[in-house]
Amino acid sequence: MPFIPHTDAEIDEMLGAIGADTIDDLFDEIPPALRIDALPGVPAPINEMAVTRLMSDRAAMDAGALSFLGAGAYEHHIPAAVWQITTRGEYYSAYTPYQAEASQGTLQVIYEYQSMIASLTGMEVSNASLYDGASAVAEAALMAVRANRKSKSRRIVFVGGVNRTYQKVAEAIAGTQGLLFDELPFSTATGLADIDALKQQSEAPVAVVISQPNFFGCIEDVDALTDAAHAVGALVIAVVNPTALALLKPPGDWGEKGADIVCGEGQPLGVPLSSGGPYFGFMTTRQSLVRQLPGRIVGRTDDVDGKPGFTLTLQAREQHIRRSKATSNICTNQGLMVTAATIYLSLLGEQGLARVAAASHANTRQLISAAAALPGVKAAFNTPKFHEAVLTLDRPVAPVLAAMAESGVLGGLDLSSDYPELGQSMLVCATETKTAEDIERYVTTLSEALASNATLRDVS
Amino acid sequence: MTQPLIFEISRSGRFAEAQAPLSSLDELLDGSDIPSALRRSEKTVLPEVSELQVVRHYTQLSQKNFSIDTHFYPLGSCTMKYNPRACNSLAMLPGFLNRHPLGPETHGQGFLSTMFELQEMLKSVTGMQGVSLTPMAGAQGELTGVAMIRAYHRARGDLARDEILVPDAAHGTNPATATMCGCKVVELPTDDQGDVDIAALKAAVGPNTAGIMLTNPSTLGVFERRIDEIAEIVHGAGGLLYYDGANLNAILGKCRPGDMGFDVIHMNLHKTFSTPHGGGGPGSGAVGVGERLLPYMPIPVVGKENDHYRWLTEDDMPESIGRLSGFMGNAGVLLRAYIYMRMLGDEGMKRVGEFATLNANYLMAKLRDAGFELAFPERRASHEFIITLKQSAREHHVTAMDIAKALLDEGFHAPTTYFPLLVPECLLIEPTETETKEMLDAFVAAMIRLADTTVNNAAAIHAAPVTMPVRRLDDVKAARQLDIAWRGGD
Repeated sequence: MPFIPHTDAEIDEMLGAIGADTIDDLFDEIPPALRIDALPGVPAPINEMAVTRLMSDRAAMDAGALSFLGAGAYEHHIPAAVWQITTRGEYYSAYTPYQAEASQGTLQVIYEYQSMIASLTGMEVSNASLYDGASAVAEAALMAVRANRKSKSRRIVFVGGVNRTYQKVAEAIAGTQGLLFDELPFSTATGLADIDALKQQSEAPVAVVISQPNFFGCIEDVDALTDAAHAVGALVIAVVNPTALALLKPPGDWGEKGADIVCGEGQPLGVPLSSGGPYFGFMTTRQSLVRQLPGRIVGRTDDVDGKPGFTLTLQAREQHIRRSKATSNICTNQGLMVTAATIYLSLLGEQGLARVAAASHANTRQLISAAAALPGVKAAFNTPKFHEAVLTLDRPVAPVLAAMAESGVLGGLDLSSDYPELGQSMLVCATETKTAEDIERYVTTLSEALASNATLRDVS
Repeated sequence: MTQPLIFEISRSGRFAEAQAPLSSLDELLDGSDIPSALRRSEKTVLPEVSELQVVRHYTQLSQKNFSIDTHFYPLGSCTMKYNPRACNSLAMLPGFLNRHPLGPETHGQGFLSTMFELQEMLKSVTGMQGVSLTPMAGAQGELTGVAMIRAYHRARGDLARDEILVPDAAHGTNPATATMCGCKVVELPTDDQGDVDIAALKAAVGPNTAGIMLTNPSTLGVFERRIDEIAEIVHGAGGLLYYDGANLNAILGKCRPGDMGFDVIHMNLHKTFSTPHGGGGPGSGAVGVGERLLPYMPIPVVGKENDHYRWLTEDDMPESIGRLSGFMGNAGVLLRAYIYMRMLGDEGMKRVGEFATLNANYLMAKLRDAGFELAFPERRASHEFIITLKQSAREHHVTAMDIAKALLDEGFHAPTTYFPLLVPECLLIEPTETETKEMLDAFVAAMIRLADTTVNNAAAIHAAPVTMPVRRLDDVKAARQLDIAWRGGD
């Protein structure tokens, strides 16, 4: 029997010890009318060899394209050691480290992770991670309401240009608790948040969400935005790309006082794209707000002999103690992904991460200038960008992207329907994984796709 | 021996250069237009170490963990069954691993067809009408379920329904979730046989009842025998039934929440369908719904049209409660669950429930025969059961926590302790179907040794563990002198 070790003799012996005649007798407390005999809809079993063939065929269907997609998930080189170590059974098949003495490996990894991510974001403390970047924004919004006791507002404002999916997710998760979410405008000329809109709020929000870089890849004037938010009594929630932080000012240093809560998508740190998950969300904050953090936190302490060790701490915030009064219902962190991220950050170090960030930044600049040299293609904003940018076309984007995909190049994300104010536009990204030949292939493929869609050109 | 932090073996100037782009930072930043005021100027704590140092450090740390691959791990309510290796290696095939979540459907039919089939299989094993795979953990599945119940009542203009009934034995996430959804929690007592107190339930339901959250078998390790009656009472009062799938392993292939009258269910794929726990995640909390809640499922869901698979989004499901993640949830976890389910097939699925239950009842019988006190001696075990050490605590001051620590020295991960809260000094024990009879017998032998030591030398139990990398840790110091991030060599 797959994965079940029992022999017939053992089954008999075990039933004898229980005092039952058959295994079926063990289910005699279930009302007979509820019992089932078959599971139509579940196919007959196949063995490992057959499932290997099946999954290999399916994986092959999706493989091989050269991707210039970003928009919240980024292709980076992942050193071989990262997942070879992460998928060791001792990490892969362990549970949440409730028995600290038998979980010092996982606990020390998380402590090292918390140290790294706190330092990278320029904050004092970190939790052990959340589900993903989008849900971390929702948890940050809830935390801001708990933390900003001076504010009576339950309104969270997203400055223009923050990934709109993050706002949608925050609404789905936190909207049921009476939080309200508003998006401010961005400048269609610069792609940057409209700071005047932030300053001119009629009612001060409890928190302001600022992203760096923003959804369009543009680098915001985070100092001015942070100060403007603080000036109206709001807390600042920074949503940041962790790779970018190797080059960009950490949120702890934004403006006069720094951001209050920092969160974001951890995927760029050694986690594969994998169709959207599992990723991990990170969250860091000031020491003074540590008791408002949601999720697990690992602390260093001593054992009875005075030897240092690690344990889950501040558990009085959590659902298994506080039940309906917990800071969140969250139970898991993304332990395995955090293990991968910690190994990734250790292998790259500060210099390696900075080179990854700078190479991505350089490749995107090169891609944009080469693409914008084609007739009918323009770079949308003349603003400093990190590793993503918006291109506008003089004809509908969808058929152009479809033609590129047929040639094996995923040319970007079509923004035309979500951001009609930008016209016929798409978001493109070139990380350090892209070579000069890849960028050349992008430009050639785009040029051919434009030619094959020439009749659609917008002559106005 | 204490292992240094990765930061403590860092040496300025060391660099695992094979892992990084080859050009220098100055070359790469030549011509960059990032204003200097927005550039990073301060150092980070990221270590400067070689590749071998990293590999050795994290390999050695891994060896300080108990895990399913190394130890029997009978953690009640967590279903620590074997995680088949093929599920991992196949989910990590490059075609799956490198697929961007926003890639076009034309370049995702392999993945999408797999997700569609997973939805269909989960519908079948739970008896529900629709499945959404997006919730990223059990607790998020719970949130989804209650949010859908709320959306259902609101769509009907039934705005007063804001009370969620939760048995007192429930997992802490249940009441925490109800609060997160803006609902009030009404706690229900349990009778002395471990069933929900029906009289109390009748008194609690009314025009404010939004629904009830139930685990069946319950967290007490017994099947809720009057589930039909409960469903009738709650539905009769206009409320809906939510099934917490924490214990689905116990009944897999034997009976289905949909047939019990549940309107919505979340499944912990990391329990029942054997995806890894990963040291505390990632999980996956797929939800299933009955007819009434179909329009409210979280997006995206995979649809099928003429052999083409595509995402169903806001346009297809305008009444959806919305999006719960940046993309579509923990796709890689879902792939692992699919592979496991295909290898089990319909027959294997039934055996899971059967042998999980056989192992639990056998272990319960052996421990009872050895003199341990069962919390519910008149009842069958489901896939787990509870023993209480209140006598040992009273007579020898040896608590459930002490026995848990002493079991680590015996080479076993401890069962769940002090949960559910209403059984004093309890151990919640779940062996799962993948353990051998020899392993269960060895666990019983260890428990008997510890019971003897409790009587003869309680001090030895109080001192445990002594063979682990550390002995018992000072939790009070951890919370009072908070040290949760290394900040340099102080």
